[in-house]
Amino acid sequence: MTGMAQTPRMVDAGSLVPLPGHAPDRHFKYAVVAPAVFILLLIGLFPLIYSLIKSFQHITMLEEDTSFAGLANYIELFRDARLWQSLLHTAIITAIALPLELVFGLLMAQLFLERLPGRQIFVSLLVLPTVIAPIVAGATWRLMFDNRYGPINQIIGWIAGHPVPALWTVSPHLVYPAIIVCEIWQWTPFMFLILLAALSNVDKSLTEAAEIDGAGYWRTFFKIVLPAIWPVMAIAILIRGLDLVRIFDIIWALTQGGPGTMTETISIYTYVQGFNQFETSYTAAIAFLVVVLLTVIVLWALKRMGLAK
Amino acid sequence: MTTAAPLLRRPGVVLGIRYAAAIALTLFFDFPIYWLFIISFKTPDEIFHYPPVWYPKSIQFANYGVLFKDGDANTVLNSLVLAGVSTVLAMLLGTICAYGLVRFKTGGENLAVWIISQRMMPPIAIVFPIFLLYVWFGWVDTYQGLILLYTAFNLPYVIWMMRGYIEDIPIELEESALVDGCTRWQVLWRVVFPMARSGLFATSVFTFVFAWNDFLFALVLTRTEVITYTVQVTHYFGGQSNFWAKIAAMSVLGTVPVFFTVATLQRYLVRGISMGAVKG
Repeated sequence: MTGMAQTPRMVDAGSLVPLPGHAPDRHFKYAVVAPAVFILLLIGLFPLIYSLIKSFQHITMLEEDTSFAGLANYIELFRDARLWQSLLHTAIITAIALPLELVFGLLMAQLFLERLPGRQIFVSLLVLPTVIAPIVAGATWRLMFDNRYGPINQIIGWIAGHPVPALWTVSPHLVYPAIIVCEIWQWTPFMFLILLAALSNVDKSLTEAAEIDGAGYWRTFFKIVLPAIWPVMAIAILIRGLDLVRIFDIIWALTQGGPGTMTETISIYTYVQGFNQFETSYTAAIAFLVVVLLTVIVLWALKRMGLAK
Repeated sequence: MTTAAPLLRRPGVVLGIRYAAAIALTLFFDFPIYWLFIISFKTPDEIFHYPPVWYPKSIQFANYGVLFKDGDANTVLNSLVLAGVSTVLAMLLGTICAYGLVRFKTGGENLAVWIISQRMMPPIAIVFPIFLLYVWFGWVDTYQGLILLYTAFNLPYVIWMMRGYIEDIPIELEESALVDGCTRWQVLWRVVFPMARSGLFATSVFTFVFAWNDFLFALVLTRTEVITYTVQVTHYFGGQSNFWAKIAAMSVLGTVPVFFTVATLQRYLVRGISMGAVKG
């Protein structure tokens, strides 16, 4: 409605039928796109430029020193061991969780691919973790992992035959498994749902023909099924990969980056620098580095997966 | 299959194994949710009982009562306002933008790619400069601040999804509406929106859930007035352990609406989460 008010000239259709390319359409084609593009520029591009400027200054939230620091903040990035460690932690979590989610999701999709009475009920129940808020997922596992009152240690204790007081969210050996279990729990159903749909769309006659020709299960899978589902699978990997690189909520709920800085990812580290240490200009430099890194990764991935046009 | 088929090839056995696996998976994926819900109904004695109490003797709502009495439950209303208003805005602006991209090729493929690339921006890199800007505007801890941010964050998704749904609409319908004397805007309102209504519905549910489930933006940009339920949950962390009941009850309050909304769009679930890669 507001759009109509802004562009009253468009309404003068008169007796002429507006055809594509007719004069009023030229305004229309930009009028419909303009508000969305304006907001995206405002929230997407403007802050980026703003933080780029800030990153060349000396500002902290306690001190408004706007003199220009040149590249000092960027040189500092290279000396900042904690930054590189946080990037390493992010890479470790992504490199472990992503393949596991993919493989488990694929196995689950295989399980439900053929007719199974009650399948729809199972699928509905299995996707529940994916739709809850990640921070709630983290909170849930925090309760699950409690060393004394949580069910995980209790169940492990039954299997081990004696009480197990494992400190899942504190012990250096256990924090990564804890984070990855939570991550896999929440997002394997996402992979499962997409891959189940992709597998269901594979032309049955192709796989049957391959089997008649004597191709084994694995050969059929790699030569026919995988290429058929790849376009969809690639997008699922891309979506999950990007989410993993910017992982924040689950870790915030489970460990807040601890013990020490052991599970600090790049998003957590940026947050800590900006909002706990108040290093405004330095955080702006980190934020800019993150954007550049991610842009490079996305472009590389798009190219690698054959998705870029 | 002959009667001599090996044990693992018999249909009944195979079905049995598949059921066993399906049930085991359901237990793994749903037990934590069960545990979260059940804690919210337990008494403090049951929550802090060793060994853990697997199901409470009776369901009691005292943990929820406390949240409503203290006003903490109002954070769910904040989430509702923020997610609701930003969803309406993103759907409206995103859908007309998608229409321009599909039918007029405005900006060509480059504009479409730029828009989707905005979706891939890491939120932490966006939210930090936004925070500095909002401090300047006095927009920290306001509805309009978060609504603008959620709208912007969801726009690429809406545009991307609605592009697919609008492509599915037969162009002849729009052409005949034009012949009948409709203006371009009237075509949009009278033909495109009604024809794309299932897509509009499914996309708006996802958009709503993304904003509803957000934590990082709300953590950075709220203080006291517009705190969302996700931020409220984390306020109970690290305190005394008797906050467990609050963590669970607050989480359930925020999660139940999501379960209900998502349950309404089973048919569109895959298309929605795969960003249109699978057209169900």
